[in-house]
Amino acid sequence: VNSAVSTLARLKLPVRWTRNGAAVPLVDVPLLRVNDWRQAVTALCDAGGRLVALFPLAAPSGRRGWDLLAAVAHDRSGQLALARTEVPPIGVYPALTPDLPEAQAFERELAEELGMRPEGHPWLKPLRHSHREQVALDGRRAPPHEFFRVEGEGIHEVAVGPVHAGIIEPGHFRFQCHGEEVLHLEIHLGYQHRGAEGLLLAGPPQRRQVVAEAIAGDTTIGHGLAHDALLEALSGVEVPLAAQVLRGIALELERLSNHVGDLGAICNDIGYLPGASFYGRLRGEFLNLLVELSGNRLGRGLLKAGGVRFGLAPERRADFLARLELAERDLVDTAAATFDATSVLARLERTGTLSAQAAEELGVVGVAARAAGCGRDVRKDHPAGVYRFAHIPVARASAGDVLSRAQVRWLEITRSLTFVREQVRRLPEGPLSVALPAARPEALALSLVEGWRGEIVHAAATDAAGALAAYKVVDPSFHNWFALAVAMRGNAISDFPLVNKSFNLSYAGHDL
Amino acid sequence: VSLPDKPADARLRLPPILELARARLRQGTKTSAWPGKDVTLPERFRGRPQLSPEKCPDGCRACVDACPVGAIALSPLRLDLGACLFCPGCAEACPEDAIRFTGDHRLAASAREELVVERDEVQLARTLDAEMKRVFGRSLKLRQVSAGGCNACEVELNVLGTLVFDLGRFGVQFVASPRHADGIVVTGPVTANMRRALLETWEAVPAPKLVIAAGACAIAGGPFVGSPAASDGLPPDFKVDLYIPGCPPHPYTTLDGLLRLLGKM
Repeated sequence: VNSAVSTLARLKLPVRWTRNGAAVPLVDVPLLRVNDWRQAVTALCDAGGRLVALFPLAAPSGRRGWDLLAAVAHDRSGQLALARTEVPPIGVYPALTPDLPEAQAFERELAEELGMRPEGHPWLKPLRHSHREQVALDGRRAPPHEFFRVEGEGIHEVAVGPVHAGIIEPGHFRFQCHGEEVLHLEIHLGYQHRGAEGLLLAGPPQRRQVVAEAIAGDTTIGHGLAHDALLEALSGVEVPLAAQVLRGIALELERLSNHVGDLGAICNDIGYLPGASFYGRLRGEFLNLLVELSGNRLGRGLLKAGGVRFGLAPERRADFLARLELAERDLVDTAAATFDATSVLARLERTGTLSAQAAEELGVVGVAARAAGCGRDVRKDHPAGVYRFAHIPVARASAGDVLSRAQVRWLEITRSLTFVREQVRRLPEGPLSVALPAARPEALALSLVEGWRGEIVHAAATDAAGALAAYKVVDPSFHNWFALAVAMRGNAISDFPLVNKSFNLSYAGHDL
Repeated sequence: VSLPDKPADARLRLPPILELARARLRQGTKTSAWPGKDVTLPERFRGRPQLSPEKCPDGCRACVDACPVGAIALSPLRLDLGACLFCPGCAEACPEDAIRFTGDHRLAASAREELVVERDEVQLARTLDAEMKRVFGRSLKLRQVSAGGCNACEVELNVLGTLVFDLGRFGVQFVASPRHADGIVVTGPVTANMRRALLETWEAVPAPKLVIAAGACAIAGGPFVGSPAASDGLPPDFKVDLYIPGCPPHPYTTLDGLLRLLGKM
């Protein structure tokens, strides 16, 4: 870590360094000219950084238009770099994407939401409203964007969605195929856009928690926690230790339920029905443990800014641990069968491969990144809350295929089980929450949480009165959908459901 | 496969097929005995609320102010289960314990206005009329449409297919095509971007057909009520046959509603 810090120091970049869950005064974030800003952001990413957020801030009074704030995470040193630039009022600036592919979705979002024009972006297609005519800040109009098409003999196109065959969220998938082989896949989302960021920013304050928890319902704890930690950072409070531990237990139970469910879904898509049945049932055991904690199967109602609402009384812990143990026994039985069955391995190996290089370039996070050998994990790299005291080893694999993603999930299941068991045993006594004082005025904070899919980012800035002036949400799926498209290239179209399930990305989390 | 680092690691490893047999034997039967036997949900589970308006202090509006979605009205105190997210907000804010969530999972109703409760009375869902029951009572195929659902309602509907709930034993099944369906189950607040796809799916279902609104979003907009990007739930031109409250509805709440609709409860 020390050498990583000194390498960064040698770069002498004009940025403000901060950490996960710390607020910085807005005036401390240097305002750079757009070329210097672009250079700083790309240099940071070349030095091992990842673009974790890129979002607009209203220009200070007296100036028209928008500023852009880029946040780059440097995983080895556990630091976050902030750099701000001023974009001309007509919104035209040189795009980051040609040098930094991981910026592609962020810049498409800026073009769509604000009418900015990142010049040189290779595929400036709207992210969530592709069917609408786009109007740039300078009044220029662009017709709805077409799908990328492959031409040639024997090439055919397959269109799927938005309504899919199962009980799944909506999205549209456009495949360019040669026979069975997928040459290119374009994923068109936005059907789930509900205006979550707008409600978080300008909706009634008592609404914020439930909106954050519904950004992606399967990630209630992940997003709810990122939101609460952000408000706590802006107010400068530390939540009581018992609350930090209970939040960690809930986050790992959420990971357990989803990872177990995903192993079941993968089994289902290859016709390995015992796996589908057993994992499908076992997923429910973790949801039922979340009910014990929160009163809701997805953990809703547990979290609040300043702490948690419920504890786990000492007399209930033995039962909780016994149920955890039983679920673990049955999981181990099922996994022992699944991962030794040649019929399973034959279908998972070398299917839907994502290379480490593609994962790096696209800024992929979470299980998909770790399965491709990129060992990033917020719990280790940018720990907050209980993860500062209790470490979970990072699970990784190297092949980047469906099997690797299944193996990483299984490793994470075993480690989360160990973590939950230890934390329940050691659960400290004491208060569960603190009152939240008013937020600091003109401050900026970022909150990162390793949700079960990967890195969740909530960022916000306050105005002179301490009210929220900007709110940005980045779900792991925002980065990872593009990786799914890349992983499908060269695969049989009939393997799409399997590859899709192995990523299991969120439509709602992407669409906000 | 690596196993957890504890003594259990010494377990006897068997060929996969025998591992499955052992797993099956050790797990036993996990399919729920409900509806033959009552279900008891954990003490903390927030099901049907119980209101005691006589406890309300004069001029108190703590619950109204705490509710994230405006589901509570005063004089007389009443709660709209269709809008309610079953969060602990109101019960926690009430100084007199006038709102309490019970462990009762039964919530589904046939009419929108019947979801507004003043005490703890709930007019639970009624059976379809005789002709509809004749057509659908023994076999009901449903097409699910997520129209802005956050995937909470969706995963909890999917759970009905697991061996614990085993929806198929009641003659109900989710199908892949609207052409094969007898009705739709809608989740989500109906986003502007999904409106057209929802209408087209509905039109593709052959008549006679049912509409089921599952979860607070589809009934009343849920956490997203008032958002300009969505439409506060199913538009009024859909005639809803079954409302299933919750955020998301507990699988037993959904099952209870479906079985009442089909006259099996």
